[in-house]
Amino acid sequence: MSGSLIAKIEPSAVNPAEVLRYAGSKGADPAVEELLKECIAEAQREFSYRVCYCCLPLQIDGKDCRIGSLCLRSKALAKTLSGCSEVILFGATLGVGIDRLIGKYLRISPAKALLMDALGTERIEALCDAFCKSQGCKITPRFSAGYGDLPLAVQSDLFALLQCEKKIGLCMTDGLMMSPSKSVTAIFGIKE
Amino acid sequence: MTFLEFLKTNHVFFDGGMGTLLQAKGLQAGELPERWNLSHPQIVQEIHRAYYDAGSNVVTANTFGANALKFSAEELDFIVRAAMENARLAQAQSGGDQPKFIALDIGPLGKLLKPLGDLEFEDAVELFAKTVRLGVKYGADLILIETMNDCYETKAALLAAKENSTLPVLVSNAYGEDGKLMTGATPAAMVAMLEGMGADAIGANCSLGPKQLSSVVEELLECASVPVLMQANAGLPKLDGETTVFDVKEKDFAEETAALMQKGLRIAGGCCGTTPSYIKELAETAKNIEIKPISAKNRTVVSSYTHAVEFGKGPILIGERINPTGKKRFKQALVDGDMDYLLGEGVAQQEKGAHLLDVNVGLPEIDEPKMLKAAVCELQAVSNLPLQIDTADPKAMECALRCYNGKALINSVNGKKESMDAIFPLVKKYGGAVIALTLDEDGIPATAEGRLAIAKRIMDTAAAYGIDKKDLIFDPLAMTVSADQNAAKVTLEAVYRIRTELGCHTSLGVSNVSFGLPNRDAINGVFFAMALQNGLSAAIMNPYSAEMMKTYYAYRALKGLDENCADYIASAEQWIPAAEAVAAPAKTQEEARPALQQAIIKGFKDKAAQLTKDLLCSVAPLDLVNKEIIPALNIVGEGFEKKTVYLPQLLMSAEAAKAAFEEIKGFMAGGEKAAGKGPIILATVQGDIHDIGKNIVKLLLENYGFDVVDLGKDVPPQVVLERAIALQAKIVGLSALMTTTVPAMEETIHLLKEQAPWCKTVVGGAVLTKEYAEKMNADFYAKDAMETVRFAETVL
Repeated sequence: MSGSLIAKIEPSAVNPAEVLRYAGSKGADPAVEELLKECIAEAQREFSYRVCYCCLPLQIDGKDCRIGSLCLRSKALAKTLSGCSEVILFGATLGVGIDRLIGKYLRISPAKALLMDALGTERIEALCDAFCKSQGCKITPRFSAGYGDLPLAVQSDLFALLQCEKKIGLCMTDGLMMSPSKSVTAIFGIKE
Repeated sequence: MTFLEFLKTNHVFFDGGMGTLLQAKGLQAGELPERWNLSHPQIVQEIHRAYYDAGSNVVTANTFGANALKFSAEELDFIVRAAMENARLAQAQSGGDQPKFIALDIGPLGKLLKPLGDLEFEDAVELFAKTVRLGVKYGADLILIETMNDCYETKAALLAAKENSTLPVLVSNAYGEDGKLMTGATPAAMVAMLEGMGADAIGANCSLGPKQLSSVVEELLECASVPVLMQANAGLPKLDGETTVFDVKEKDFAEETAALMQKGLRIAGGCCGTTPSYIKELAETAKNIEIKPISAKNRTVVSSYTHAVEFGKGPILIGERINPTGKKRFKQALVDGDMDYLLGEGVAQQEKGAHLLDVNVGLPEIDEPKMLKAAVCELQAVSNLPLQIDTADPKAMECALRCYNGKALINSVNGKKESMDAIFPLVKKYGGAVIALTLDEDGIPATAEGRLAIAKRIMDTAAAYGIDKKDLIFDPLAMTVSADQNAAKVTLEAVYRIRTELGCHTSLGVSNVSFGLPNRDAINGVFFAMALQNGLSAAIMNPYSAEMMKTYYAYRALKGLDENCADYIASAEQWIPAAEAVAAPAKTQEEARPALQQAIIKGFKDKAAQLTKDLLCSVAPLDLVNKEIIPALNIVGEGFEKKTVYLPQLLMSAEAAKAAFEEIKGFMAGGEKAAGKGPIILATVQGDIHDIGKNIVKLLLENYGFDVVDLGKDVPPQVVLERAIALQAKIVGLSALMTTTVPAMEETIHLLKEQAPWCKTVVGGAVLTKEYAEKMNADFYAKDAMETVRFAETVL
């Protein structure tokens, strides 16, 4: 085992309805839609989609999920991965561009900041979906640190295994938050 | 022979990968390779020796991740000492007869710096400094800063190396397939900053194979006046069954690297996936390549964290609007600490076409060093334009240059000894191009000849500090033509002669020329055109000025600097007034009042501002607030509470209302300040770096007339308490997004209850619930921004 690999993945096109849903909007408002169009046009060239991943053997023993040299203790994770003997661990990020846009508009237009933030959420989810899809259809739902009974603290272990900083420029704050903020690390199982 | 002496006349071969080889010897994923200096010294020594045997001139000690974030002070000391010792023993044991050196290896800290992450710039400098001091203590011959994928962190590392050693420093960045760093910097931008700070060589390593890195290396060679280095990967890692393999083999690696050495690459080695056999092949392949001399590039360049701006490629526009001189509203904003106003000016000037932004926050009643530093940091979070730092206070200048991310333009130095003594050491240390005013102890010479003489003297003094003339941009001072009919002629002559006789670039504060005359824009535009024709490189100007912008676009079109006149054509549209705008008569008060309400409800910012401006001619400001703006806000706010209006619309309305308020503030600036309600303190708690929710609350509170003091994000409990006491705040609002930061919120509330018991706390954020809030002893849980407004109304 020596380091993680880089996957070249492009997500599907932006789904504006989904972005508006993340922004807390249920009805369609022409002025909001117009503003979202502006946001998408400005943000589009700032996305730098990056994914790194490792493919590792899995052994489940009660609550203990042994993934390579790592042991994660979580009933919910064990349940999600049950029946799998192999998992994929991945880190995905949109890069710093969208964070810069959110930061900029937080100071000069909170409405745009809200839409940029929602757009980033939609994009990172789309990137994760695209990556998972590329690994075939026989996979479990993805599971991240902080879900259910899997403590957020294991994020550090996932980062070390994936070498996120070096491979995709993804770092962690002291509070275990990811920077760039529009990023995901997760595990999913490959069904036999 | 020292390393630099060797470098002067030779190609230098570095070593290849260390991590890959340690893994082959049993290093586990997630295990820290630096510990192997102590636990497996023989293996580390063998690897170093194999590289020396293969022909490496320099091996990098196994200290890539040796920093105080990962290791205790004691262990760090042991690790660096052992790493140096391992390299030294390998050097002694190797049979190779080439000159051999040892580099202290410094890699990234693994954290992003503020504002993108949570690491303070000065903390990063200190972390690097600790490793540098150990490297010096244990005998490194040089320092290699490598694999850095962020411009700001690279600056921190280089600054630490320069402040704590006299060793040669080589700096190498990890560029992606787009030819940029992860945080966006181009090779040209990196060269500008690193060369300015005194890096001894600049380069690229890791992430890609030699072929994919070639365009980056070629750009570095084109820009850099110092040696260029490359340590590429053995291509990209691929999975071959259970093991990772790299797809570029020895021969191709050596040939592709050697091809770049033909073009001038001076220092070469390998990174991930490369082994001693790669270096052996490379040293063999490249041994007969002729040494290409390193030439000075004489480019005048400034940079931001994304790109470089080069003087002489076309007129450069330096936006002058961030300056309180003569602007009541701006002064008020500075005194109030209202940074948003300044940031808005920055972004607006960028949208108008400025290439650089001048930043001046000089006011007698403020702490300028602190304010200038804050302004620079905050501006760099909203705009990627290079900044021109404008202050007469050398202390403020140093604070700003130190935290600036890139190579700044410094405004300014002049021919007075005192000025040069203060500014040139800063230019030398932090890098930067500097605006040099042609005046001295005797004032401004009346003739071009006199100004030229001062320019020459400034050049000579700069040279004595080791500052090249390419980093001097002379400002021969535009004087008022209404006071002296020859003023413009003299300035133009000076511009011409500085450009042609001294070969230096020039800049002018163009608008001074028209002082005291009517329709100043007309004079400014023509003077700008004349100056450009005389060789002017840059103008400090107002990007809102139609005549200046027309001159800019027209000049570029006429000079053949604008392909197919495309920029000119695109810009021309805005000068042709739309037929309807001309025809539409100004609205009467009766029409404008309901229109303002509608503009706010619909969220039309510009329209709301324009209508307010019109109405202020005939309606009292307070009347507008109470009878139009607040009622409109209430309609939207109630809609939100009834769930007929959603968050994006609520915010757009709030912004439109804010634009209307902004007009009113501008109208009243300097006069009586309306008594606001408050103050209310807002903060995102320590450890939390998400502040979108907090900023939404702030916007709404301000619109409802509350004075908000925003402490920002990641705010320690003690700081919240201190401000609450200092301001006698009746309300503190706290926001947290993550479960991990809720304890910090709890602690903040606890402190406030204990030491500022008069103060009510209101909390909100994604992970909070009413029950949670009660458990923490908060006075109120607000599920959204409107609820915070309603709560504040009950308290104040």
